[in-house]
Amino acid sequence: MTLIECRGLARTYRRGSEEITPLEDLDLDIQAGQFVALMGPSGSGKTTLLNLLAGIDRPTRGSLVIDGREVHRLSGGALARWRAEAVGYVFQLYNLVPVLTAYENVELPLLLHGLSRKERHSRVAAALDLVGIADRMDHRPNQLSGGQEQRVAIARAIVTDPTLILADEPTGDLDRDSATKIMELLSRLNQDLGRTVVMVTHDPKTTAWCDTLLHLEKGQLVEAETMEEIA
Amino acid sequence: MNTFIATIPTVWRQIVRARVRSSLTIAGIAVAMFLFTSVESMRDGVRRATEAASDDATLVVYRENRFCPFTSRLPQYYGDRIERIEGVETVTPVQVLVSNCRASLDVVTFRGVPEEGIDAIIGGDSEILHGGREGWTRRSDAAIVGESLAARRGIRPGDRFSAAGITVFVAGIIRSDRAQDRNVAYVHLPFLQESISRGGTGGVVTQFLVKVKDPQQLDAVAESIDLAFTTDEHPTSTWPEKAFTGRAARDIVQLVGFATWLGWGALAAVLALIANAIILAMRDRIRDHAVLRTLGYTGGLIAWMVLLEGAILGLIGGILGTGSSAAAVAFGRFGMTMEGVSIEISNDPRVAAIGALIAVVLGLLAGAVPAVRAARAGIVQGLRAG
Repeated sequence: MTLIECRGLARTYRRGSEEITPLEDLDLDIQAGQFVALMGPSGSGKTTLLNLLAGIDRPTRGSLVIDGREVHRLSGGALARWRAEAVGYVFQLYNLVPVLTAYENVELPLLLHGLSRKERHSRVAAALDLVGIADRMDHRPNQLSGGQEQRVAIARAIVTDPTLILADEPTGDLDRDSATKIMELLSRLNQDLGRTVVMVTHDPKTTAWCDTLLHLEKGQLVEAETMEEIA
Repeated sequence: MNTFIATIPTVWRQIVRARVRSSLTIAGIAVAMFLFTSVESMRDGVRRATEAASDDATLVVYRENRFCPFTSRLPQYYGDRIERIEGVETVTPVQVLVSNCRASLDVVTFRGVPEEGIDAIIGGDSEILHGGREGWTRRSDAAIVGESLAARRGIRPGDRFSAAGITVFVAGIIRSDRAQDRNVAYVHLPFLQESISRGGTGGVVTQFLVKVKDPQQLDAVAESIDLAFTTDEHPTSTWPEKAFTGRAARDIVQLVGFATWLGWGALAAVLALIANAIILAMRDRIRDHAVLRTLGYTGGLIAWMVLLEGAILGLIGGILGTGSSAAAVAFGRFGMTMEGVSIEISNDPRVAAIGALIAVVLGLLAGAVPAVRAARAGIVQGLRAG
């Protein structure tokens, strides 16, 4: 089943008098349950595509349909509601709110869902448990290691049970051991819980956990291959 | 609506956990609101003391062209002539002695009244809190003291206290709606006359307090009194009591009017303080807001959180500042006295409540522009910030 359908997707920015087009006429289908790695050199349009898929940026042209929703047509408010329900986003630099504890950071997305405090507590506890950081729930980000912070960020991304998890270089700021653990975690979310994961990465080693590789160059898809084909 | 309520603890945590910044901001707001509320309490006191009401029925008869109790000297027998003027209900001759003729926050004013005139003072708007009229009648050096003066000086019935060179025995303490009564000591008229100039001023008083039958006739009766003495050796100048207060204490009124600008300045300081604190906080949180937007928070919800933070800072600072001011006024019982006329600094909880409300409104106003900016900021640009 196709979860993501991009047709003629383009994004153009204006920087001063210069017009920049990081993404141009992209056609792409991603199936539900896939673990996709987006690769390519800097400026190839990977993060722009990820931002469009996350609904935090809007395409200049083309259509983007995710799980049957025409995301490119949604109003600002509807897009925010859709993000809250359907998308979990993992940042390279974790982006936890520094004054909040791990528990409070993971609770943030749930505040939008009208849940009781008890329901929120049980879902936050389950998410922290799933990423193996339940014992650090009262710690603030500055009391956690980079790997632990990223686990909390992943817990925050999955706590609303989204259909799509997007990760922008989730291991880019971590040492090898921590990176391996984070990739194992994302792989578990994909394989055990059936979540679709789209990940931007520069690190070829992290692609070992993915089932599909998409190569972007100058805003266009130049190659799509499954890991079976690569093997 | 649930969503807006659910974010309140997050906003509270952001305030509480940025301790230094929040404390400094709140302290600044509190100091400014203390100043504003204190000025407003003075203004309220002036308004209460000088603003005429339709049921005002008291006139003050003073010596013409005299402005200090030391120089206003009227023959006591004028009282009998005033009493015969149409529209006059009662006349009380009063001798005034003040410990200080200049403007001060702690002036003791003695008012000498005849024994039969004391009922006109402690009846009506007043009640005796401690002691009694009998004690006052029994002793020639007895005084009935206004509760603000008693509180300020720590005076209790049975005590003796001295001011302006005379010593009196405290027979009672009265509570009154009139600021003038709360800040004076009522003594026997002959006692005060003799004390002022041993044996030499009998038959001379400072002023007469005249109650008229119909408040509507206040000005007409005043005119009749002045007309009756216009060719006399001691011509009079008769004023409604509140107008007399406003005239006698016009320097204080002008000072308080000037202090009003200080009050407005304090409000401007509150606005600038909160705006500065929020703008700095928002600058630090550009990325946090972009992250929240990525999680599904709408621009409106982010704006609400920014506004709420401003309002909470304003509320806490406002409560601390106005509460301190109210406590200082309540415990200090300050009265600004000039030429023997008292203007009490108002101790009305409504002034503090309005001050706290203004601080909240200023908090909202200060947060408005940063809130709109935060709501409109691009998510992608925000994530790149920092």
